[in-house]
Amino acid sequence: MGLKQKDLLSMRELSAEEITLILDTAESMKEVSTRDIKKVPTLRGKTVINLFYEPSTRTRTSFEIAGKRLSADVVNIATEKSSVVKGETLRDTGKTLMAMNPDVVVIRHPAPGAPRILAETLSASIINAGDGAHEHPTQALLDLFTIRERKGRLEGLSGVIVGDILHSRVARSNIHGMRKMGMSVRLAGPATLLPRFIDQLGVEVFTDLEEAIKGVDVIMMLRIQLERQGRTFFPSLREYSRLFGLNLERLKRAREDILIMHPGPINRGVEIAPEVADGPYSLILDQVSNGVAVRMALLYLLMGGAS
Amino acid sequence: MRLLIKGGRVIDPVHNVDDILDILIEGGKIIWISKVGDSSQFTVNSKGKKSVNSQPSTVDRVLDAKGLVVCPGFIDLHAHLREPGREDEETIATGTQAAARGGFTAVCAMPNTDPINDNQSVTEFILDKAKREGLVHVFPVGALSKGQKGEELAEIGDLYKAGCLAISDDGRPVMNAELMRHAMEYASMFNMQVISHCEDLNLSRDGVMHEGLVSTELGLRGVPAAAEEVMVARDLILAEMTGARLHLAHVSAAGSVRLIREAKARGVRITAEVTPHHLVLTEETVRGFNTNAKMNPPLRSAADREALWEGLHDGTIDAIATDHAPHALAEKDVEFDYAPFGIIGLETAVGIVLTVLVGKGALSLSEAIARFSTNPARILGLNNKGHLGVGADADLTILDLKREWRVDVSGFSSKSRNSPFDGWHLRGMPVLTLVEGKVVWEAQ
Repeated sequence: MGLKQKDLLSMRELSAEEITLILDTAESMKEVSTRDIKKVPTLRGKTVINLFYEPSTRTRTSFEIAGKRLSADVVNIATEKSSVVKGETLRDTGKTLMAMNPDVVVIRHPAPGAPRILAETLSASIINAGDGAHEHPTQALLDLFTIRERKGRLEGLSGVIVGDILHSRVARSNIHGMRKMGMSVRLAGPATLLPRFIDQLGVEVFTDLEEAIKGVDVIMMLRIQLERQGRTFFPSLREYSRLFGLNLERLKRAREDILIMHPGPINRGVEIAPEVADGPYSLILDQVSNGVAVRMALLYLLMGGAS
Repeated sequence: MRLLIKGGRVIDPVHNVDDILDILIEGGKIIWISKVGDSSQFTVNSKGKKSVNSQPSTVDRVLDAKGLVVCPGFIDLHAHLREPGREDEETIATGTQAAARGGFTAVCAMPNTDPINDNQSVTEFILDKAKREGLVHVFPVGALSKGQKGEELAEIGDLYKAGCLAISDDGRPVMNAELMRHAMEYASMFNMQVISHCEDLNLSRDGVMHEGLVSTELGLRGVPAAAEEVMVARDLILAEMTGARLHLAHVSAAGSVRLIREAKARGVRITAEVTPHHLVLTEETVRGFNTNAKMNPPLRSAADREALWEGLHDGTIDAIATDHAPHALAEKDVEFDYAPFGIIGLETAVGIVLTVLVGKGALSLSEAIARFSTNPARILGLNNKGHLGVGADADLTILDLKREWRVDVSGFSSKSRNSPFDGWHLRGMPVLTLVEGKVVWEAQ
């Protein structure tokens, strides 16, 4: 079976059953990546376009490898200029692409909601690979997959997401995903980077990192974007690191079987100490490997699954 | 030419009239009002001769207004007619056609044209165009500062002489409090209204919608209600200090309503307006990234909307104005972040207010008429408009409260289509608009 909807635009729109289907499918996809010949013919003759309006190495590469391991033809279009700057509207770009009959278009864009414009315009499936501060659903799916792989379940677990929640699409997608799968969610960060109404999404909000990490199963650190400095959100990276950086000393307050995650790329020594990023409880590289499996599963399911 | 409007339910909030009356119009003025039956003596002058004697014994045309509501003409305090500069989006001709069709007999034209209306030549151009091509009255609002840059005062005396009744930098809020003070003091010399779009640009920086749960979920940058409230507070204080006449444009936040209510209770000379869209829509409309839900100030929370209803009902908010802001389709059909702010409103405002507010009993019909007509006339200092006394200008809006209709932007008179109300089913419609005794719009 496949997914009912044509597109994957947000975690908000996915049901727990659909998330489970994607994660289960990803399990069998993961095996492909461990073979000597890492390729199956499942999507032979299908075309995937990666349309990236923001610089990205890991997500774009992950989608490209996922498509290629399923034998799809993958084309990358990278433009750092938004459609407006380029002079062509996103809808026109969508129509142009559609004339070439792709099956899936993966889009990353700085403006929230941009993937929806493509979804309305194209008959191809659209996958949101990150739209501004809105959502990054494939990241949340690979995060859930990684937690479930390690813990054997999601229901009843607790996680804390730490850092710049205000500007983070990863946080928004994970809040929806974790809540739907029965996890309890905490958020921690400086008060200026915690959106005012976020508690209405059913999360607990902390400004003290040491309190926030007590008793949780998973700590998800977010990248602090260096350019946020100077817009009066916080005084300096030095102070940010002192208050919200995860180091070995702080980690003593957490459970012994704590899992540490980070969507990458990490700022070593800023939000996460090197010993923590490279420590035994770190799942950071598992997240990357699992990203390929989850994206293979999604491409497969959006193109009709076994049908 | 004598025109008799016969048998309509005449509502005039100024003279406290709500009765079935006949109105006789000649020379662009109301010359006679009477109880039904009194005018049965009139005979239609079928020979086309002008009745010259002062006794209203003959008329040239009779408009049967039976079953309809006859009101003083509606005045929109806040519209963008886009001419000169963006004639692809709207012109004075099409904007005033849209106004006439929407039941408005006059519109205030905001100064953010290209070139900006910050000098008498632009004002004269607008007035001249309006005279030649406009269907309804156009009252130009002059810029408060040169180029709406917020640095130096515009030549306000010249603007006044050329015909501006008010000054405003509208969507380019005056961040410099001293400049705002001086604008108020200076405008007072001419008894001109200062209109303020209250927005602290630091607090609203990069924001594209109301800061609330929806902006948080959608990842869109939020404009907190405080961005408006902080500036409302500042401008109220300056108005109190200078004694100037201050009018607050498109109030959207509960905190602003509270501040205005308190200031009015202290006797500060302020007035305020609200738009139909802030009265009926909320931040929820943005879900789905609908760019026709993008305007400035943004659609706020349900609690803010409730406060606006209360403020409108208790008189804290004096007027309903459209903030009619036409934009080309291509400019709105983009990512939410990149779309311009604003929606059109002239052709839906009256229907929306009749359906949603009057229809639900939140506002009586007479209160609605006062907020569309009497109060805007008072705010602009137009003594001959906003009421139906003998001698008043014969600007009339005639409503059919029972008429059901569906909003269809494709048939609008406006050149633009950016309305969030397309497809709405409404009950109550302006069916006839008279400007200086001339019928400028009549529904089929």
